[in-house]
Amino acid sequence: MISVSEKKYSKEMLLGMYEMMLKIKGFESKAAECFTKGMMHGNIHLCLGQEAVPTGACYALEPDDYMASTHRGHGHCIAKGGDLNLMMAELFGKKTGYCKGKGGSMHIADIDGLCSLGANGIVGAGIPIATGSAFASKIWGDKHVTLCFFGDSASNQGTFHESINMAAAWKLPVVFLCENNRYGVSTEIHGVTNTDTIAVRAKAYDIPGKTVDGNDPVTVYEAVKEAVDYARAGNGPSIVECTTFRHQGHYCGDPAVYRPASYMEEAHEKEAIPNFRNKLIKENVATEEELVAIEAAVDEAIEAAYKFATESEYPDPSEATTDVYSSDNERSVVR
Amino acid sequence: MSKKISVSKAIGEAIHEEMERDENVIVLGEDMGKMGNVFGITVGFQEEFGAHRVWDTPISESGFCGMAVGAAMRGMRPVVELMYNDFITVAADPILNQAAKMRYMTGGQASVPMVLRCPMGAGRRNAGQHSQSLEAIFCHTPGLKVIAPSSAEDAKGLLKSAIRDNDPVISMEHKLLYAKKEQIPEGEYTIPLGKAAVKREGTDLTIITWSRQVNFSLEAAEELAKEGIQVEVLDLRTLVPLDWDAIVESVSKTHNVLIVSEEVKRGSYAGEISAQIAEELFDELDAPVARACGLNIVSPFSPTLEDENFPHTADIVKAVKKVLNK
Repeated sequence: MISVSEKKYSKEMLLGMYEMMLKIKGFESKAAECFTKGMMHGNIHLCLGQEAVPTGACYALEPDDYMASTHRGHGHCIAKGGDLNLMMAELFGKKTGYCKGKGGSMHIADIDGLCSLGANGIVGAGIPIATGSAFASKIWGDKHVTLCFFGDSASNQGTFHESINMAAAWKLPVVFLCENNRYGVSTEIHGVTNTDTIAVRAKAYDIPGKTVDGNDPVTVYEAVKEAVDYARAGNGPSIVECTTFRHQGHYCGDPAVYRPASYMEEAHEKEAIPNFRNKLIKENVATEEELVAIEAAVDEAIEAAYKFATESEYPDPSEATTDVYSSDNERSVVR
Repeated sequence: MSKKISVSKAIGEAIHEEMERDENVIVLGEDMGKMGNVFGITVGFQEEFGAHRVWDTPISESGFCGMAVGAAMRGMRPVVELMYNDFITVAADPILNQAAKMRYMTGGQASVPMVLRCPMGAGRRNAGQHSQSLEAIFCHTPGLKVIAPSSAEDAKGLLKSAIRDNDPVISMEHKLLYAKKEQIPEGEYTIPLGKAAVKREGTDLTIITWSRQVNFSLEAAEELAKEGIQVEVLDLRTLVPLDWDAIVESVSKTHNVLIVSEEVKRGSYAGEISAQIAEELFDELDAPVARACGLNIVSPFSPTLEDENFPHTADIVKAVKKVLNK
């Protein structure tokens, strides 16, 4: 973990990162609680333990840079500036949610507002979509960079190779960010992949690739910032691999019996939030009181999101057939 | 004023005019740039519009179709070619799971205004993986619109509308229509999606068909007329949205229906139309709805085998007579 006391970064930014990680953890914890109580439907994939990655990565973006997320995407959306109320309402399937209750946890998007191209229910499917966004930026010359989140297991989809190959060949302004939590559902990455890291594959495309500690938001920020600047300057894509830990199983409720006990031991030892908090105090960036105030405010925001979501209405059943098509919707849905 | 051009040239004109009209219209696919497409549809486009608007992609159908989805979500209007519709098997996720569903899953936020051009159809002796008519896959998938023109005039007018449409549109283009030369209007025109056309009027039976089978159906109607059987040929032109009003109007007049397509018969879109007519127009029918389609087999290579696998004029004549009990 890098020191934050070099004063290289402002207190505002460091506390902002702390607050962002807390928001992600708070949101996920609340979602887990509601899901476990049977208040939510379907499936949710939580990013508890991975908070530092989206936080550091999105700090490296401008607000009008684009982002493509994954099925484990709540943290990405929050870090990009997502509204907790609209997110929680979407998880509850309410009409006030980001997607009017039509997408749920795996499809939260805010294309015009947050420049978020959305989460995705298909592993690896966001990679070509992010590449296409960068392709549009390249053609328009608009200087926006697209950040593409994907997991270690998505790196074994064909879309990973096809997309990075094109992005490299055409020097597209995209950053491929691998959140390596070592598990695709129950399958450990090294059991199905011959390389030590995912980033080493960058060599095959002759692009920059590095693996960094994804448990520290500042480390993530620095690596992603370098890749974002490189992309924005017209040099093309990079792979940034952030090692991290998935505290829960694949989905909420998965007991994760397939993992050795040592996985969670290491995860707790390296857990971003308590370590970052200790550092903020130890290096005199903030006082205990200041941190407690941030924590209380985040708790309040999470409770407000819960209240907003639970008090919101479900969509009217008649909404089932809207939004399939932009034009001629009714006729196209009836037949 | 009209002019005589091939169907492929008419398709090229549609793309060319839309590229001139809207700088967000871009072309991508295998061999679309330098070569100008294997069917010559975009010859000269790259020199004229520049390499930033006409892209030769690597052989990465899943990758470049997915990329088109992302670019379209940002406001581009990509006109993408799958060299053969059969290749949808390797681009199924970006088209069927992403392009088609993005608007709905995001609660109406996302638009994916892309066109996927799919050369399709039998008769070129290309065997099992280059000869299919897979419109049923696309029609089955909510969120996609599907056009399947039979003439140069329709191909141009429909493709222009498809490029301007804010939904993903699949353009089913029969390879054996490409070289066919026909009269089309001079200058700018469009044909709206979802509007069928009566290509021949008749009173005894309605043939509902699309793409190349419109031509065989018109030939069959001509032969049948010599025997005093007046067949109406309804060219759907667009498969989704379906012009149900046109079907109702024609069936209410003729009371007999034959649906003709080159698809594998089992699970075909022809079957879907047949079901809808049976469900909703039963009282109008004098006989059960019939279908003349391909067989439930893999597209064969040898001419004697492949010719068994799609309807020819004689097959359609025979099928019409069977419905009419003549």
